[in-house]
Amino acid sequence: MASMTRRKTVNAVMMTLSTGAAALGLFVLAVILLYLLYKGASALNLAVFTQDTPSPMEPGGLRNAILGSVIMSAIAVAIGTPIGILAGTYMAEYGRYAKLSKVIRFVNDILLSAPSIIVGLFVYQVLVVSLGHFSALAGSVALAILVIPIVVRTTEDMLRLVPDQLREAGLAMGWPRWVVIRTVAYKAAMAGIVTGVLLAIARISGETAPLLFTALSNNFFSLDLTQPMASLPITIFQFALSPYDNWQALAWAGALLITVAVLALSIVARLVTSKKEKH
Amino acid sequence: MTATSDYDSGVKSTRPVAQSDRIFGSLTLAAAVVVLLVLLGVFASLVLGAWPAFKEYGLSFLWTAKWNPVTDKFGALAPLYGTVVTSIIAMVIAVPVGLGIAIFLTETCPRVLRRPLGIAIELLAGIPSIIYGIWGLFVFAPFMQSYIQPFLIDTLGHVPVIGTLFAGPPYGIGMLTAGLILAMMILPFIASLARDIFQTVPPMLRESAYGMGMTRWEVNRHIVIPHVRTALVGGIMLSLGRALGETMAVTFVIGNAHRISGSILAPGTTISAAIANEFTEATTPIYTSSLIALGLVLFILTFIVLAAAQWMLKRMKQKSGA
Repeated sequence: MASMTRRKTVNAVMMTLSTGAAALGLFVLAVILLYLLYKGASALNLAVFTQDTPSPMEPGGLRNAILGSVIMSAIAVAIGTPIGILAGTYMAEYGRYAKLSKVIRFVNDILLSAPSIIVGLFVYQVLVVSLGHFSALAGSVALAILVIPIVVRTTEDMLRLVPDQLREAGLAMGWPRWVVIRTVAYKAAMAGIVTGVLLAIARISGETAPLLFTALSNNFFSLDLTQPMASLPITIFQFALSPYDNWQALAWAGALLITVAVLALSIVARLVTSKKEKH
Repeated sequence: MTATSDYDSGVKSTRPVAQSDRIFGSLTLAAAVVVLLVLLGVFASLVLGAWPAFKEYGLSFLWTAKWNPVTDKFGALAPLYGTVVTSIIAMVIAVPVGLGIAIFLTETCPRVLRRPLGIAIELLAGIPSIIYGIWGLFVFAPFMQSYIQPFLIDTLGHVPVIGTLFAGPPYGIGMLTAGLILAMMILPFIASLARDIFQTVPPMLRESAYGMGMTRWEVNRHIVIPHVRTALVGGIMLSLGRALGETMAVTFVIGNAHRISGSILAPGTTISAAIANEFTEATTPIYTSSLIALGLVLFILTFIVLAAAQWMLKRMKQKSGA
């Protein structure tokens, strides 16, 4: 056996390295966030919210992009949440012991971490090629495909945490199962499911790759779902790679907006669950 | 089946099923099938879209390095190479640092800081990749160009054998820069995953080891890590799946050059960056099809990695459940 001093030295070295790793990691991430805050905040003003994306070297803002992101995310959540909750309900309730549930759990976990650009390619082939043009609707569907697996996962996990005694009590009242699920199981699992939906919104609000060739982008204000629509991530992508100072500044402003939105959503999602736990 | 309850244990109930229940039950089943169909649809659409490319070039598409939109000659080797190289760079850096952070958070970190730091890491894991991309483009790439890359070229560039890895002018952008950005992006993900996994180790096991007089490092090296080995490898594969398919963090700083260079300082491209950059500009059907074929290759690659990751994480769940 190695001598005591040697073991102590190895221990000291390795533990210092691990503390160093933590310091390095947090330092790098802090540098990124602080720089983002600095660049984003200096580019942020009222015009960012009230004016549309400008031509190069002209004043303007991100109104159409912000609105586009909100609209497409909203539609994506409207499509993805019901499907996700119902599928999660099948896996935790009706089909709890079915072979199909196992298959779907596997498939769902693959979808959960599959590259989002692949989802973009899929929706391009299904909705853009067939309709003949890029559209906000295609972008929303692409985002919905990212929402579904997150909601499925949290719904199933949360429903499984609901004690079976509660369900049995409901069934003993003579209620059909769907009433038990709705009034007992959903109620008990509500906070968790809401958290899942919030995390899903946080995830899609920064997604760029699936929108590149579905919603494309639009330099003008548009509410038409059958036409290309601007979104924050795509605008950031285009403006950041441009040589124009004002476009680059807007890209930073947009990046800050997305980061703040994502962090706020994640924090609210945490509060929803932790509040529930205290009761 | 659990021992505490017979709820829906598969035993045929004599209770008549309400009509409303049948409707709601089939509705949930339909939604579950949608999830399945999405994955099958993704696969089918990619195969269909990639078909013309594979018909034209055969399987040699996979190992052809040419990518010429003018003459319509396409091959996947350069982006495939870039994807693998950037992912390897990212994993080599992010895995040890991520594990270090996880060990720090479960062992050395003062108790008051554990929760806030843990939450901070988890929040950072949710930052969209485009943020890392834009920071990489404006801050990190110029920094690499002025400081890191000249240093690497002057020192490691002259070492025999590995010297070729660091040859060439400092572009700033390139495969090393992309790999490093990728590492920063997956770092919080790996760290929070590893911390969760470390926390599944029963306290009794740690305490017994400490009771034997083991040092902190020895407890982690010989007790904690072996105990969660499978799950840890699963978690690392999950992060690898992310790194392989990541688009925005890479596209900004990779340089988008379809070539295979021995030097990791040289610009290159990855599958996802190539698709993101060229898809809307693809002018001929065979060009589009080749890009979709790239997508198919990426999908199969990540599918294998993610499936293996799941299998490993599941094994650990079964172990801890038993």
